[in-house]
Amino acid sequence: MTPNSTEVVRRSLGRIGSYVFVCVITLFFALPMVWLVLTPFSTSPSYRVPSPSFTLHNFRDVAHNPYALGSLKNSLFLALGTMVLVVVLAALASYALSRVRIPGRDALLYALLLLSSIVTGTATMVPIFVMIYQLNLINTQTGVVLVMTGGLLPAAIFIIKDFMDAMPRSLEESARVFGASPLQILRHVVTPVVRPGLATIAVWAVVNVWGNFLLPYILLQDPGKQPGAVIMFNFYDEGGQPDFGLIAAFSLIYSIPVVVLYLVINKRYGFRFQGGIKG
Amino acid sequence: MAGISMNGLSKVYPGGVVAVDRLDLQVEDGEFFALLGPSGCGKTTLLRTIAGLEQSSAGSLSIGGRVVTDLPPGDRNVAMVFQDYALFPHMTVADNIAYPLRIQKVGRTERRGSAEETANGLSLAGLLERRPAELSGGQQQRVALARAIVSRPSVFLFDEPLSNLDARLRLEARTFLKRLQKELGVTTVFVTHDQAEALALADRMAIMEHGRIRQIGSPREVFARPANTFVANFIGSTPMNLLDATVADGSLHLACGTIPVPADVRSLVHEGDTLVVGIRPEYLTMTPGEHDDGLRGTVSVVENLGTYALVTLENEAQTFGVVTGEADEPALGARCSAVPQPGRVLLYGAEDGELITAERTEQQEPAEAAS
Amino acid sequence: MTGVFLVFPALWTVYIGLLRYSLTGVSASAPTFRGIHNYTDALRDPLFRNALKLTIFFVLLSAVIGQSMLGFAIAWRMRRSNAITRSVVQTLVLLAWILPSTVVVFLWQALLSRNDGTLNALLRSGSTDWALSHPLATIVVFNIWRGTAFSMLLFSAALAAVPNSQLETARLVGASGLQQLRDVVFPHIRGHVLTNTLLISLWTFNDFTPYLLTGGGPNHRSETLPVYVYNVALKGGQLGFGSAISLIMLLINLVVALFYLRLLRERRRA
Repeated sequence: MTPNSTEVVRRSLGRIGSYVFVCVITLFFALPMVWLVLTPFSTSPSYRVPSPSFTLHNFRDVAHNPYALGSLKNSLFLALGTMVLVVVLAALASYALSRVRIPGRDALLYALLLLSSIVTGTATMVPIFVMIYQLNLINTQTGVVLVMTGGLLPAAIFIIKDFMDAMPRSLEESARVFGASPLQILRHVVTPVVRPGLATIAVWAVVNVWGNFLLPYILLQDPGKQPGAVIMFNFYDEGGQPDFGLIAAFSLIYSIPVVVLYLVINKRYGFRFQGGIKG
Repeated sequence: MAGISMNGLSKVYPGGVVAVDRLDLQVEDGEFFALLGPSGCGKTTLLRTIAGLEQSSAGSLSIGGRVVTDLPPGDRNVAMVFQDYALFPHMTVADNIAYPLRIQKVGRTERRGSAEETANGLSLAGLLERRPAELSGGQQQRVALARAIVSRPSVFLFDEPLSNLDARLRLEARTFLKRLQKELGVTTVFVTHDQAEALALADRMAIMEHGRIRQIGSPREVFARPANTFVANFIGSTPMNLLDATVADGSLHLACGTIPVPADVRSLVHEGDTLVVGIRPEYLTMTPGEHDDGLRGTVSVVENLGTYALVTLENEAQTFGVVTGEADEPALGARCSAVPQPGRVLLYGAEDGELITAERTEQQEPAEAAS
Repeated sequence: MTGVFLVFPALWTVYIGLLRYSLTGVSASAPTFRGIHNYTDALRDPLFRNALKLTIFFVLLSAVIGQSMLGFAIAWRMRRSNAITRSVVQTLVLLAWILPSTVVVFLWQALLSRNDGTLNALLRSGSTDWALSHPLATIVVFNIWRGTAFSMLLFSAALAAVPNSQLETARLVGASGLQQLRDVVFPHIRGHVLTNTLLISLWTFNDFTPYLLTGGGPNHRSETLPVYVYNVALKGGQLGFGSAISLIMLLINLVVALFYLRLLRERRRA
């Protein structure tokens, strides 16, 4: 073979390999989701990916389940409560952090960011449980909201601070020269300019709380207060033959808000990092 | 309408960097005043201190006879146009222009009226409902100007107002800006690093270095008689020739030739002094061939600049530039001589770089006080 | 005012930190004055060591190797893909990341189930119970599936910041794909690689989802530290013992974080 044809073979092999890679990746990530899309509408739901059939019967089950709808309301309450707290506190804190020069600020932020991944994680599961217990917030949704906020806040500050840093200082200074007060600057200039950032962390907070299982699982014992993520697990864990129709339909319902939020964000801002986590 | 007066004004940053160093400066009422200097010379800091965005460390500042040293920016009745224009991206052009009035709690309809009126004056009439991102650079600049004008301030502060425009637009905007300032008659201080811009726009200008003023004067004075070699180097689109010379037999001996000592400073130089001779390339007249009176050299570079050419002449030890008309372009390698036009030769001290002049004492005062 | 904004969140975190710390101390020692014994017991407990070992494998295989490499490979490949392929692949990978964990667990149980599982149907592997026969592999693959999106996003952003002119220069002098990666791309994204590894390591280390998938079984074969803590403390009621293990986990987190930060700082200095 001439070197030239070796090169051609090599390159076409590379191209084939790269297409195979894309196909395998697509299959790998899509495969588990097939069940989610098909089973809720199946007449005979089980673990098996159903043969095509269509019914809304499973959704009627969800509507009749004593806890299902209530848990959605609980999820909504937890998500929105945390979101409001996180957005307000993160906006104020990151504005201060972005505009005040203090030594070691970046180190502090990094430390907070690392902490946050731990607070909502599991290493602190026991201390948090004990703390919430002693604060008499066990089995209350306030407790969950507070803990979630504490966990999400540092990363939220990190994300918004990036937007704040990217905002030209001259905008604020310009407003100052015209005589605007700090509060007016925050209201008229800063908040509108970083609105994409605020939207990003709002969505991010909602998605995080919506999907979080562990915290509400250990902090809320009363099924009437538990969010969908926990209730769904109970459907399965209750013993006996799990009601696949109920689980599948509820899974789909529970996934929809997250997917919709993703699509909205993707359309409006493009779902990518704003350079928030740099090297 | 108001003049600005600074007495011993200083700005020292935490950490000890002195950005503005005990500065005394008067800007007259209605004057178009330029602060010129290389980057880091403190000109922007001075402008921001006048605006109140920086708190001065010492000295006093008054605008229109009112001491404003410790007032916040909003109470100084100044308006500032930033280098990047600082237009609020989420507001329409009309809302941007009306923003100062909104802060002053002017009613919505009146605000709208003033904004429209100002916009019309700056030919922004059709653009009121657009967002800044939908405007061209020149339009954005005019919106920023309109926003500064609308609240009828007593002083305008411009931070490099033309630097974000491309070359052609910059010339247009320059003419426009000068006419606007004359029409409004509002005292204006602007910062630039572009000497041509400062010469073209300003009534008077201050050239700054390291937080101090090296020369104050009208563009003509500054161009014709730079007070020191720093200013001489900085002003002029072609750099001034600064050549070492010694005084002997009542003449200036340079490595590239001999020229007479200018009459007005003859009493101030002495036999054997070493000096720096400053001659602008524009003030040298070139003739082909070697002549005894004048500076001699070989043509090494010819840069065509449109209606004229900048010719670089080289001698063993010295290199200097001469501007010639387009008709007189010499060939590379030709031997040429250049004779200074009468009254255009300046002498600077070899040590301190200050202009040697009969009016030395008055001229040098500010620089000496600052040093 | 800025002071309030600045101090409040800082105090809030410190407050939680202090409270947690003191409560940890109290609950670990006060009831029986066991003090240090909880810690020594934990370190001696073979189940703890087993959990620690499993966790390290879990983090190395699924996060450091799996998520990083796959995330990078996807990000790299997507640079050359058309818009449709890119949006399909990225959406799928992202969905795996953002779907609620409980939902995702059901999807995987359906995939892996012994009876009627999709995987068994595809591979014609009879009624293999993957979660029982290969528990560690199960949670590793699951975690790769679940978390690759973050690495993909981060590396996409990082790759977009690599100046095209440099890649083109490399191509002009005849560098192969791998040489381009090594000489042009990697020096640019080294910081991102570190940050990415740090974050996904910590997240994976603290991830509780394996519990939902395998419950830590069979016979502790997939019992990572978070699952172990949960089983010991909240299921077994040994709060003091659990707190001790929690603290050890926090320390490990801290050590890992400091190690990475140090690497990062050295890179900056270089």
